[in-house]
Amino acid sequence: MAPAASTPLGRTLFDKVWDAHSVRELPNGQTQLFIGLHLIHEVTSPQAFAMLHDMGLPVRFPGRTFATVDHIIPTDSQLRPLSDSVAEAMMSELERNCRKHGIRFFDPASGHQGIVHVIGPELGLTQPGMTIACGDSHTSTHGAFGGVAFGVGTSQVRDVLATQCLTLSRPRVRRIEVTGKLASGVYAKDVILTIIRHLGVNGGVGFAYEYAGPVFEAMTLEERMTVCNMSIEGGARCGYVNPDESTFAYLRGREFAPKGEAWNRALTWWRAIASEAGAHYADHVQLDGAAIGPTVTWGINPGQSVGVDERLPILRELPDKERAAVEEALLYMDLRPGQPILGTKIDVAFIGSCTNGRISDLREAARVARRGRVNQGVRALVVPGSHAVARQAEAEGLDEVFRSAGFQWREPGCSMCLAMNPDKLIGREMCASSSNRNFKGRQGSPTGRTLLMSPAMVAAAALHGRVVDARELL
Amino acid sequence: MSNAAAVRRVVGRGCVLRGDDIDTDRIIPARYLRAITFEGLGEHAFEDDRKQAKGDHPLDQERYTGSSIFIVGHNFGCGSSREHAPQALRRFGFRAFVGGSFAEIFFGNCVALGLPCAVLCQEDLARLMDSVELDPEQEIVLDLEAGTLISRAGGMRVEIPDGARHQLLEGTWNATAVLLDAGPAIEATAARLPYVAGFVAPPAQPSRS
Repeated sequence: MAPAASTPLGRTLFDKVWDAHSVRELPNGQTQLFIGLHLIHEVTSPQAFAMLHDMGLPVRFPGRTFATVDHIIPTDSQLRPLSDSVAEAMMSELERNCRKHGIRFFDPASGHQGIVHVIGPELGLTQPGMTIACGDSHTSTHGAFGGVAFGVGTSQVRDVLATQCLTLSRPRVRRIEVTGKLASGVYAKDVILTIIRHLGVNGGVGFAYEYAGPVFEAMTLEERMTVCNMSIEGGARCGYVNPDESTFAYLRGREFAPKGEAWNRALTWWRAIASEAGAHYADHVQLDGAAIGPTVTWGINPGQSVGVDERLPILRELPDKERAAVEEALLYMDLRPGQPILGTKIDVAFIGSCTNGRISDLREAARVARRGRVNQGVRALVVPGSHAVARQAEAEGLDEVFRSAGFQWREPGCSMCLAMNPDKLIGREMCASSSNRNFKGRQGSPTGRTLLMSPAMVAAAALHGRVVDARELL
Repeated sequence: MSNAAAVRRVVGRGCVLRGDDIDTDRIIPARYLRAITFEGLGEHAFEDDRKQAKGDHPLDQERYTGSSIFIVGHNFGCGSSREHAPQALRRFGFRAFVGGSFAEIFFGNCVALGLPCAVLCQEDLARLMDSVELDPEQEIVLDLEAGTLISRAGGMRVEIPDGARHQLLEGTWNATAVLLDAGPAIEATAARLPYVAGFVAPPAQPSRS
């Protein structure tokens, strides 16, 4: 059954995907939703497999689950056994579970290992109209292809393994339209940080976000992934962009993309799954893309950000209910109210993550890196999102650009985004980071500090040892 | 069909943690996710915050020892999807959460563990926090059936989305059994989705099974 039938009211992509995957309505009002693609990794799956074992259940659709190792893998060497014995134990456990249940595992030896949200799209596993689940909150990334992608916990990973389904309450859909055109030197990262700044870190609770309008239409799929990736940072359950010719061009020829006649059938279905003109949305938000500039976070959640030429909030100008949170953030960050973000000193620069670890991110960072050398006293890491990204970057000579500028060129993984491997901040270090979270302690030191920004801005900060406007170096 | 213990009421003492947007990295730092089980997580709940508070964190304050209802602010549990967060808090001793609002993945993870997350309006939450801080010995009754929370601050209406409330009340919060009940309807749904078979059949064809 194609979800193509249009109704007079017009349906959103979200409505069509949800209805097409609905197995049944449950007595409690929730929906039993079929999950088309399940991605797993070493951190949130072992307990799920153990629960499955305890219940005596097999994996229902082993061909619809794919695995990789990303969170804990060291980025200095992936040689087995891994130098970190806990990481080795976790990777071995995943290997065992995949072998036992007949699940395809993209390990380093396969040449396809990488961050789960980078490899799904680059292998063509992620396609329009799918429901996708993974035991990782940044699963929202996959919505860039026009699918509905949920981050879930371990008990739900168990549910998907056992039944290929989830119980879910249907969120409402908010259409976020960004009009106009982005200025030169302004990136997808700046767009999503600005959206979260406007709507708040909990503004999306109860919503699926549909990103629409000329700015998203003009974006490459990699840029759309950066935007959808951080939907969760705005509190939304998922985020997506309607599929279009750019989506199809990205997918064509990828390993798991349909081929031949199947490709043409897929195109028909994918085109029909997009939101219709006149579709009903529970809420609309509109932003002017031309007004967005390079954006940097100054606080301890991703909504606490300013434009690179702005100053930090002044406490007495804030509403009473916001003051305590801003004060707490400034105290933790050791930044002063009203100070400019420009010039803030950094100790570490991290380029990578599921938000900004793809080839286009590395190209933009390398454009900046060509303009100088990493500032003395700054530790700068470039961690490609996958082996495929690393191969492409090396073919273009980007690894040499980074190395000769004084950056460390590492093996693929999540690395210092959440520091579950040896890549960590030390003490009170301040990190310019292309990742997604600036939470207290996020980058591995309980007192470490994070400034989120685009990869070009991170590279610029690395060269100067402080926050600068990357547009001056591009 | 119930498949787990029904959760109708949670009765116990409260512990107040003020502040909004408390993320799951703070609840359980990522270094404790380096394991293949959830064992031993309880002692590391809020570890970094507690170290920095030098014994003055609510989880370390003697007056809250033995509390089972965690009273929190807005958007509690935002960030990472790690189920390790509610697992750690349950192992620490909490059986229910009451707050201004909850991040959705955290909320879903709690339901999957039989832990209710109840929402109070701003005014009631402020009154409850003040009351429990002044009198931490008091008994609090969270009644899911009646949708109320009773403490010395008075009776209050709590909000729990219907779906989750029913799962807890009926003891169907372990979703696997409920999902399995759909039987072949799962395969039938898969057969209607053209991508599942790799778009081998024309998309308008009815299901083959």
